Order: sequence, then structure tokens, then C-alpha cells
Amino acid sequence: MSLDQPEPIFLGGTVGKSVAKPDNLEKVQGRAEYIADLYRPGMLHGAILASPHAHARIRGYDLSEAMQAPGVVAIITGDDVGEGRMGAFIKDEHAIAKGKVLYVGEPVAAVAARTEEEARHACRLIKVDYEELPAVLSPEDGLAEDAPILHEQLADYIKVFDAGAEGNLCSRTELSEGDVDAAWAECDVIVEDEYTTQPQAHVSMEPCGALAEVDPNGRVTLWSANQSVFRVQANVCESLGLPMSKLRSMTPRVGAGFGNKMEPHIQPITVALAMKAKRPVKLILTREEDFEMVRARHPFRVRMKTGAKSDGTLVARECEVLVDCGAFADDSPGVMGYSLLMCGGPYRIPHMKASGKLVYTNKLRFGAFRGFGNPQVLFAGEQQIDQIGEKLGLDPFAIRRKNMLREGDQWFVGPRIGSNGLGRCLDAVERASKGSRADGSPRNFGLSVTAHISGLLGTGAIVKMLEDGTISLNTGATDIGQGSDTVLAQICAEELKLPFDTVAVASPDTDGSPYNWGTTASRVTYTTGRAVKAAAKKVVDQAMNHAAEMLECDVDDLELREGGRIGQRGSNSDVTFAQISGRAHWAVGGPLVGSETLVFDEPTHDPKRAIALGLPFPRIGVFSFAALGVDVDVDDTSGQVTVHEAWSAADVGRAINPRLVEVQLHGGFVQGLGYALYEEMVWDGARLANPSLMDYKVPTARDVPDAIHTYIIEDPDPTGPFGAKGAGEIGLNAAPGAIANAVAKATGARHVHLPLTGERVLAGMLDPGGPQD
Amino acid sequence: MMAKKVLHSLTLNGEEVQVASAAGATLLETLREDLRILSSKRGCNQGVCGACTVLVDGKPVRSCLTLTARCVGHSVQTMEGMDGDQIMATLQRHMVESGGVQCGFCTGGVLISARELLEDNPSPTREAVKTALSGNICRCTGYRTIVDAVCGAAEELSQ
Ligand code: FES
Ligand code: FES
Repeated sequence: MSLDQPEPIFLGGTVGKSVAKPDNLEKVQGRAEYIADLYRPGMLHGAILASPHAHARIRGYDLSEAMQAPGVVAIITGDDVGEGRMGAFIKDEHAIAKGKVLYVGEPVAAVAARTEEEARHACRLIKVDYEELPAVLSPEDGLAEDAPILHEQLADYIKVFDAGAEGNLCSRTELSEGDVDAAWAECDVIVEDEYTTQPQAHVSMEPCGALAEVDPNGRVTLWSANQSVFRVQANVCESLGLPMSKLRSMTPRVGAGFGNKMEPHIQPITVALAMKAKRPVKLILTREEDFEMVRARHPFRVRMKTGAKSDGTLVARECEVLVDCGAFADDSPGVMGYSLLMCGGPYRIPHMKASGKLVYTNKLRFGAFRGFGNPQVLFAGEQQIDQIGEKLGLDPFAIRRKNMLREGDQWFVGPRIGSNGLGRCLDAVERASKGSRADGSPRNFGLSVTAHISGLLGTGAIVKMLEDGTISLNTGATDIGQGSDTVLAQICAEELKLPFDTVAVASPDTDGSPYNWGTTASRVTYTTGRAVKAAAKKVVDQAMNHAAEMLECDVDDLELREGGRIGQRGSNSDVTFAQISGRAHWAVGGPLVGSETLVFDEPTHDPKRAIALGLPFPRIGVFSFAALGVDVDVDDTSGQVTVHEAWSAADVGRAINPRLVEVQLHGGFVQGLGYALYEEMVWDGARLANPSLMDYKVPTARDVPDAIHTYIIEDPDPTGPFGAKGAGEIGLNAAPGAIANAVAKATGARHVHLPLTGERVLAGMLDPGGPQD
Repeated sequence: MMAKKVLHSLTLNGEEVQVASAAGATLLETLREDLRILSSKRGCNQGVCGACTVLVDGKPVRSCLTLTARCVGHSVQTMEGMDGDQIMATLQRHMVESGGVQCGFCTGGVLISARELLEDNPSPTREAVKTALSGNICRCTGYRTIVDAVCGAAEELSQ
């Protein structure tokens, strides 16, 4: 829905202003502290021994030589951790390999020693007796009848989400609406193809790390690079059998995450080492370990079929995905289910069927990565929209406008759509990209649209008014660099009509912060922002009651004035927050604290319109929309693609901080550009062949277009704080589809495999209709 | 195995220091582990990402590829020692304002590379800025706001 009159906001406030993030200052001075920069008295350094095998039974360990090595204080193996298992959807993962190893690179043992070098040296002296087992290296192999089974006790695992787990099948999802099988007969044009996408590494510039210490009562304090101190707490406690009250999880500055730091990495191992060593232990992964041990974006096989009438009206779509889960479920059931929920794109398609299988393999876990399954299906879907348009003589904008979801429409399977600025996103991109290049040459233009949710699960906020009337805000949301601390402080300041810099944001701490599921699902601005606004409102209400007593008038006659004052309407007399807070602290009523918690509770599935089996997110979120246009160059001798110019428009409801939204769009696009054109984790048999920045290329300043234009569209969401919706992922989603469409325009060849390397593009140019590999 | 510690003398941020580091230690290890100078970061330890960049005798080097032994008698400068450097202060101000800082893990290295560029070439083109920064990986910003910041600082400094 579109609100003509956005909710009135405090003019002169900070919402809508590009205030600089306060943390920028310590970062430009080199003073920001990340996990590797923390030291504790008596601290030891940890190192990990990784599995050399993809699949093997562990018969035993010989630690004798390693224990004798210089500097060694403690060694842990699977024998030191109990039977506890962790996992967001299926609890299938021990703190460290126990009984079996399931991928090359999996942690098998860990050492705490005086220095990192000594710990690494001792790791090399650990002997593990393995019985090698045949490995499953692809989902297809995993589903074969005689396939070796990774999780022999899968049936007994605790499942938060249970959707057909059996053998190597981790989950399956089936969604349908209308009658697809009958609908194909109504279609005048049908396109169908099978697509594959590659694994992508997150490459946060800060590798994962953790530091743990245990107090004399056995209570653990844990700092780590994370996207949620609360998920860290849950994962460590589940895998090590600790009551949650025995572990305090905190965060230093985080050197970005992109999904990699949402679920556990090496926090449980670090805690187990500190418990055994009885000394603080810090463990920081090398870049190579960060590639091999943690997680990556899922490779997908996508079969997609789309049909339309001769006037371009979309009628039906079918999408079937086969997803490589890796060795542990992690967030994979969510990623697959979400990809299927999103596979229709932001279009009205009356007949839809989407199904998928997620299969365990002996590779590192695949998990959450900015986009969460959306880029994979969009790569297929957005090319098919263009292909239908081409067959019917409709340009990319026209066919999308004709079919896009409109106000009042529901998303596939039923979620409500709050506001929808997609049409305005298309207008912005079309207007700006029209015509030819500055030098008069024609563009090789490609377009893709996308939608993404922001929402999910629980969140909270505590707003405290300090004695002098300034504010402390505590939400438990980890700022991973994107600026959520700044945005939440802006929302808080706006509601209180205070200057931005009177609000201090507390660092997340499971002891003191309200629950926050995490910095993920593009959700912090939307969900935590809602809690902050409501908590700040409670503080205003309490202050109003004080003011009414102090000014001896009715609360209804009072107004909140800019700069922390409450006064009587039509009169100059007022009281300041400092006066009110002083009274509350020392005389009447007690200190002013507003708190709010909420959980996103609108249903995803509307059973009247759709069938949904294995839907991982029963309550998902509100929708942001975006359109992305790109103009590419293709080198005719190498096939290498470069992006000449890009136009990214996103409907984010309301931009609380426009600059921070723009940077999300820039950064997301560039990460998507790397994914579309060259980033690929390559396995040589069971071993990752390119776990280093030498061999895994990410975009540098020279690889990106100078002209990345961004357009912020504001169609306020009725439930969002000041109308805001999420912006974290939507800038990445559309990149592969838009770039593939531009490459098709430039070369005449369609591509079904990502990434669009020079080799593949050149082969397409030489034989546009030929087979692809 | 424990590599023997060797005493190294060097000038760090203008002060003479003597530091005991393992014989084969890199400058990054010495700075971080032995001197607790933490502004240079270990992003790759392979000379690719640029997060560990520091100045040796005024020139940017990757401290993860530089042996401490090679710095004996030389001057090492890190972000901790940049106070009072006008080019750096201007760059910092523009980075803060432009949105060129997100997680900040790359930021120190980016700034040191940018400072070197502006010292050599006070009015660089955007292309020259991108080339000068091509050895500093930033996974967050998409580079656009970083290039804007460097160009903005250059413009201000040349006035
Ligand atoms: S840590 Fe030295 S270049 Fe990456
Ligand atoms: S700001 Fe995060 S890597 Fe550059």
C-alpha cells in the first residue's frame, strides 16, 4: 500500500539525514577494536587441526607428542565435548568433530598455547587415527540409492524444523498456488531451462575469531566476531551442554559478516579450550581457514519454466531446485525454503509451483549469505522474463510493468505486502538509463527487479533516560559495520525529539541487552527500529506524566518540544528532560526506562490460496523492492565482461539515513558483480582448491564501474519505524540476473551457468545457441 | 621449535624502540604481538588485501610480507603515529563524512595507500585513485564512497 501522507515526523530531527556513523572516527584513526585486537591477562592463543578427509570415522587420537610441545597448555578433541549438538533448524553439529569428520577442513582438535605459532606447531603433532569412508561430493550423489550416509543418527536429532529429513536428504519444501499443470495449455509462449550457480565465499575482511575466559564459578565470558550475541550464546550452550545463564556473550567491533558470522564458527571450540586450559584463550582464523572451515553461499541447480499469453501476461511458473547443503544443516533449510518463496519474483503469476530438495554432502556447510537464496533463483527467473519479452516484442521495462505486483496483492503463498514502490524503482532506472552512452555508442543494457523481506523473529529495545536527560539505548543488535547503531540512535532521537548525539548506544551483551535474534534478514532497521521507537515512546509518556505534575496541568495539554523539553500548549512554560529525570531519579516514581519487545507475527502462509509443505518461515516479514539496470562491455577477444555503468533503485520505505542506504546498494551491487562474473569456490575432489585471496578473486577498486547510480524510493511501510523497511540485501540480489541479461544483449547468447567468466561468454559469442558448460 | 627471540631496533612512530621478536617474524607479527600496535590488521597474511599496510621510511609496505629484521634501523609509521599529518587528517575527515567507512577493517590500509597517492599526485583523476587503491580490498563499500572521499580530500588540499 502506498501512503500519500507519510506519518508526520518531527521536522528538524535526524530521521532522513545522512549523519556520519559515530564509529567512523575510531575506525579512521585505527583505534577500533576487533576480536583479534582484544587481549586478556594470562591469555593463551588457540589453533585448530583441520580434517584432511572428507568423510572418515575417528578411531582415536594420540596427543602425547603435542602435549609435550613447547608452550602447550590444553588440547581438546571430540572426546572433550559431550553429546550436545547445535543448529538453527536441525541440531546436527557438535562443537568439534566427534566420532566422524564430514568435510576437509572440519575442526578435529584444537590447542591452546602461549603463542599462536606454538599452538599451530602443536596441532601438527597431533595424530588422529581415521578410517576413511566414501564421500558424497554432490547432491545428486547424495540422493543415490547406495550413497554413503553422513548423519547416521539423523532420525534422532532434535529438529526445530522437520521437513522430510531422511538419509542424506536434509529437508524438502513444496509450495503451490493455482493449477500449474493445467495452466501450460493457456500459455502462448513458454521458456524453460536448467541453471547452475556456484558457491561464493563471504570474504568479510575480518576473518572469524573468538576470545573466551572462565571465572572461578565456571561462568564463561565470550567475545567474538558475530552477527548475534544471542545466537552465539545459544549455539555454544547447546553444543557444550551449558545452561545459558552460565555464558555471557559480547561483541567488539565486527569486520563485516554478510551472513558468515550469524551462526556459529569457532566460538564453541574457543570456549571448550578456555574451560580446559582454565585461562583465557583467543582463537583467530587465518584467511585460508576462514574459507575452508566456516560457510559459503549455496550452489544451486535450478530448473525453471515460465509461460505467458501472447500479450505478455504471465500465467505460470514452475521452479525446482536441488541444493547442496554441505555437511551440516545450518541455515540451509531456511535458504532453500526462502528461495522457493521468492522464485516467482515480484510478479502476479496465478499458477505457481515450487519445490526443492536439500542434500547433505561432504563439503563445508553452506549457509546464510546476503541474498539468502534469492540471487540464485533470480538469475534464472529474470532471464526468463526477458526471454518472454523478446519473443513477444516487449521491452524489459514493459513486460515487468505489465506483470508486477500491485498495491493490495499478496506475495506467493500469501504474505501481506505492506508498501510497494517497485513501479517507481522501474521509473527511476528507466529514466536515468535511457538513450545511449555519453560518447553516443549504444548501451548493452540489462535489467532485473527483485524483492526481499525484512523481518523475522524476536527483538527488543531498552531506552533509559539518564539523570541529566540524555539517553542510553540498548538493543542487543550487533552493528557489523553497516551502521545499525547509528540508524537505531536516529530513530530513538527522532521519537524523543532530541539531537542525535544525546543518544548513546550500548554494545550488545547477553547480560544487559534485550534479546535480538540477529543482524540478518535485512531486519534490524525494520524490526529493532520498531522496538526502539515504541520503547522511546514509553519514555516520552512517562516524562509527560512527570511534566503534568510539575506544571500542574493535564497531560493532554502538554507537547513534546525539540531538544528535551515538555511544555504546555500555547504557553512558554516548560520543563526539561534533566529536571524531569532528576525528579524521577531522586524524588518521585523512579528512573525513566522504556522497554519493548516484539516478534514478527504476521503469517506467511495463507491456506486459502496456497499449499505449503516444509515452509521454514511461518512468519516472515515485510517486503522491500528494487530494480537494477546495468550497461556492460564485453571484450571480443577474451569474452571478459566489465560493467560500464549501473543504476540501482530501491524502495526502502523510508531511508532513516540515506547515505547508509546508498552504501548498502553500492556494496551489495559490487558483491553481486563479483558473484556474477568471477567469484567461485572450486573443489578439486573433496578439497577446496582456492582457499586464499590469491586464488579467489574479489572485486577491487579497478573492477567496479565508477558510475553506480543509486535512487532511494520511499514508499513508507505502515508498520515500519517512520515507514522504514530493510535495505541490507536487496542491492545484491538482482546483480546476476541484470548482468546476464546485459550479456545476452551484448552477445546474443543466453547463459545458464554462473559465474559469467570470460571463457563462458566467449564460447557463447562463438556459438550463441551451442551447449554450455 | 620455539623460534628464538632476537632484539630488533627500529624507529616506530618517531620513537626509538627495541623489540624482541622471533627471528623470522614479520613486521605485522612484531607490531601486533610484540608491540601491541593494533591498527594494522591481518586480513590475509599473504600480501593481497592491504589491511596490514604501514609506512616504512615513508613508503607504504605490506607488513605481513615484510620481515622485522629488514626494518632494523628504519622508520616505521602506523596509523597510531599519524597525528598532525595534514594529508591524513584531511583524508580521515572526508572518509568519515562520505560513507567510505563501513566495518572499518580495511580503512587504515586504504588511508595509508591514499595518503601516498596524494603526496605524489595532489590532483589525481578518479582512475588514478582507483589504481592507487587497487591493492586494498574492501568488501563493504563497493569503493564508490572511498574514491569520493579521496577525491574530495585531494580537492580540499589543493585549494
Ligand atoms: S594482511 Fe597483509 S596484505 Fe592482507
Ligand atoms: S569497510 Fe569493511 S572492508 Fe572496507
